[in-house]
Amino acid sequence: MTPSPVEESVLFGRLSLNALPLHEPILVATFAAVAIGGVAVIGALTYHRLWGWLWREWLTSIDHKKIGIMYVILGLVMLLRGFADAIMMRLQQAIAFGGSEGYLPPHHYDQIFTAHGVIMIFFVAMPLITGFMNYIVPLQIGARDVAFPFLNNFSFWMTTSGAVLVMASLFVGEFAATGWLAYPPLSGIAYSPGVGVDYYIWALQIAGVGTLLSGVNLIATIVKMRAPGMSMMRLPVFTWTALCSNVLIVASFPVLTAALALLSLDRYVGTAFFTNDFGGSAMMYVNLIWIWGHPEVYILILPAFGIFSEVVATYCGKRLFGYASMVYATVVITILSYLVWLHHFFTMGSGASVNSFFGITTMIISIPTGAKIFNWLFTMYRGRIRFELPMMWTVSFMVTFVIGGMTGVLLAVPPADFVLHNSLFLIAHFHNVIIGGVLFGLFAGIAYWFPKVTGFKLDEFWGRISFWCWTIGFYVAFMPLYVLGLMGVTRRMSRFEDPSLQIFFVIAAFGAVLIAGGIASFLIQLVVSFRKREQLKDTTGDPWDGRTLEWSTSSPPPAYNFAFTPVVHDLDAWHDMKKRGYVRPTDGFMPIHMPKNTWAGIVLSGVSLICGFALVWHIWWLAAASFAALVSLAIIHTFNYARDFHIPAADVTATEAERTKLLAAGA
Amino acid sequence: MASGTDAHAAGHAGHGHDDRHEGGEAHGSMRGYVTGFLLSALLTAIPFWIVMGDVFREPTTAAIVVMVFAVIQIFVHMIYFLHMNSKSENGWTLLALIFTGVLVIITLAGSFWVMHHLNTNMMPGGQHDMEQMR
Repeated sequence: MTPSPVEESVLFGRLSLNALPLHEPILVATFAAVAIGGVAVIGALTYHRLWGWLWREWLTSIDHKKIGIMYVILGLVMLLRGFADAIMMRLQQAIAFGGSEGYLPPHHYDQIFTAHGVIMIFFVAMPLITGFMNYIVPLQIGARDVAFPFLNNFSFWMTTSGAVLVMASLFVGEFAATGWLAYPPLSGIAYSPGVGVDYYIWALQIAGVGTLLSGVNLIATIVKMRAPGMSMMRLPVFTWTALCSNVLIVASFPVLTAALALLSLDRYVGTAFFTNDFGGSAMMYVNLIWIWGHPEVYILILPAFGIFSEVVATYCGKRLFGYASMVYATVVITILSYLVWLHHFFTMGSGASVNSFFGITTMIISIPTGAKIFNWLFTMYRGRIRFELPMMWTVSFMVTFVIGGMTGVLLAVPPADFVLHNSLFLIAHFHNVIIGGVLFGLFAGIAYWFPKVTGFKLDEFWGRISFWCWTIGFYVAFMPLYVLGLMGVTRRMSRFEDPSLQIFFVIAAFGAVLIAGGIASFLIQLVVSFRKREQLKDTTGDPWDGRTLEWSTSSPPPAYNFAFTPVVHDLDAWHDMKKRGYVRPTDGFMPIHMPKNTWAGIVLSGVSLICGFALVWHIWWLAAASFAALVSLAIIHTFNYARDFHIPAADVTATEAERTKLLAAGA
Repeated sequence: MASGTDAHAAGHAGHGHDDRHEGGEAHGSMRGYVTGFLLSALLTAIPFWIVMGDVFREPTTAAIVVMVFAVIQIFVHMIYFLHMNSKSENGWTLLALIFTGVLVIITLAGSFWVMHHLNTNMMPGGQHDMEQMR
């Protein structure tokens, strides 16, 4: 077994002109569109002389709010890519019947479903969740930034580098065709000799550094930087879920890193951890990857639960029902999420005792989750419910997520799983909880916090259209898959023999078109809202009669968040302050100590990207050089002592006086 | 990497008035470090003596005793060098340690259990089974 089946040159490694997919018309057309779009953006930035502004205000910014926004933009851009993959699969499966090959060759189709999974989890859901935590958590706990502002910027750019590497695989070489978790032996060098799996490995390793560091950062922030008086049991629920989610990140991502490192050793230096021969065990990889993989789904869903808790309390005008039980449920889920990983491979053959244990632990997880659903329902009970957009998403979530949860409990029964594993039933189940849970939560969060971030509300009309398209589209797209799964249709098929199945796939494809309408309406909503921003303006900083501290500052918040650190006396601190007739201070401001922007994050991540690309293509000299550069730049950065500055008291006074005027005009 | 100094700057940035040095962040005393050093040296020397002097004759017993000394050594390091106690950082370090311990135990024990079953049930057997098949 040689590590590389193709000719390698010293200068370019495996990279040659053949790596460009010129023979694939779909990719050439996509590339043309991307190139034209990219040139247009670069041209516009140059024409309007915005490069300096972009560099100073955004790319090098260590303001947690700007980094949060950049995470969300990254997530939304990647959502378009991931959804393009999804709709291509739906179209292929709808037409590839009765001898028709469809329009995608199998090798290309395999890359598409792999890329869809990898992108949606790592580069859509994770950046969106991290973006929300970044933006909201410091505001909710009355802090001025996160604990390690530079690290935050670095984390964001590492995540982006991973995303760029995945995107590069579209036009240079190929992506993995192994499924989103790249199980060996298929992902080993013997069966996947190309660069696809290497792109997968290095993209996830680079992005993983970012995720892990951002987890450390947010834990430190929540533990150490809460406003005076904010004890743990007065933390807003979203911050609690963010804490648990980040604890899971810090505990589980190293396992992913280790599993992928062992896989890359197998591929690069010929070790035999997961190979078929020389004593390797591919089953160990599956075991390791799910020790990370199961906590990962809770990393995504817990903050979404937090968003729903904030939304329900705000739009029902009530304190959240059972705050303490909500916190305990979150913590219990955090720990239990470590005890269930085997349910992802019941059928691998571990036998009755092991399967029963993990089946039962899996069913137990539904208890704290069910408690949460009841807490939200009881909060709504006799509340003064305002059906604004975030509340609509929340109600839709509760219905959809309960269905997804029930099919999940069904799959947790090992004998049932033997019938349903690897089928479209499973696909329908996890899309049911990820779309109905995580994605609906993110949309609720976007509608809820948008005025805080931008200073104007989102347009209601287009928001409702997006909501209905998504909700109906989800059911139309995925309910047929449940039926198909029960009939025994397996996942990842690129064509089918039985023509009686076609109608289900056509319906599912129609559902995907509805979801496309939902995404389009969301984008239209952003544009329309921006154009109507004067009408939709939020002058108060508290457009929804909010309950937590982020609503006590202006919209958008000043760079320093709070002129004075708030003092907390109760849960729902801002609601408590309003009730007790809080008067906003208008003088006596002091200079505020803040961290300074730095080039280091984006430059270090850029060099990591080069290093990753060089490793994918076996360009060893470049890999060594960029790694050396990475280490030296990091050392050079440690000698930068000019890391902080003071916002002068006069500037703070001016900013706050501006707000006083705005509040007076609004009243 | 660069995070250490950053943390410091940020700690100040987050709270303009830095009055929240919670928990006893004792950075250790000369006496603590010397005690820790002597204990570590002793706990390293004894296993060496056990192995070099062939004290137990029985290699399994020797291995177990050496492992026990290793575990004690870990605790010495944590207490005297990493200053772990129930009070530091208001108990957060201890909580983190216990949480990590629980997860590591779950992961290791679970993996051993699962992989043992998988190996027994699924892997092509050793020589013994092969002979039966013939």
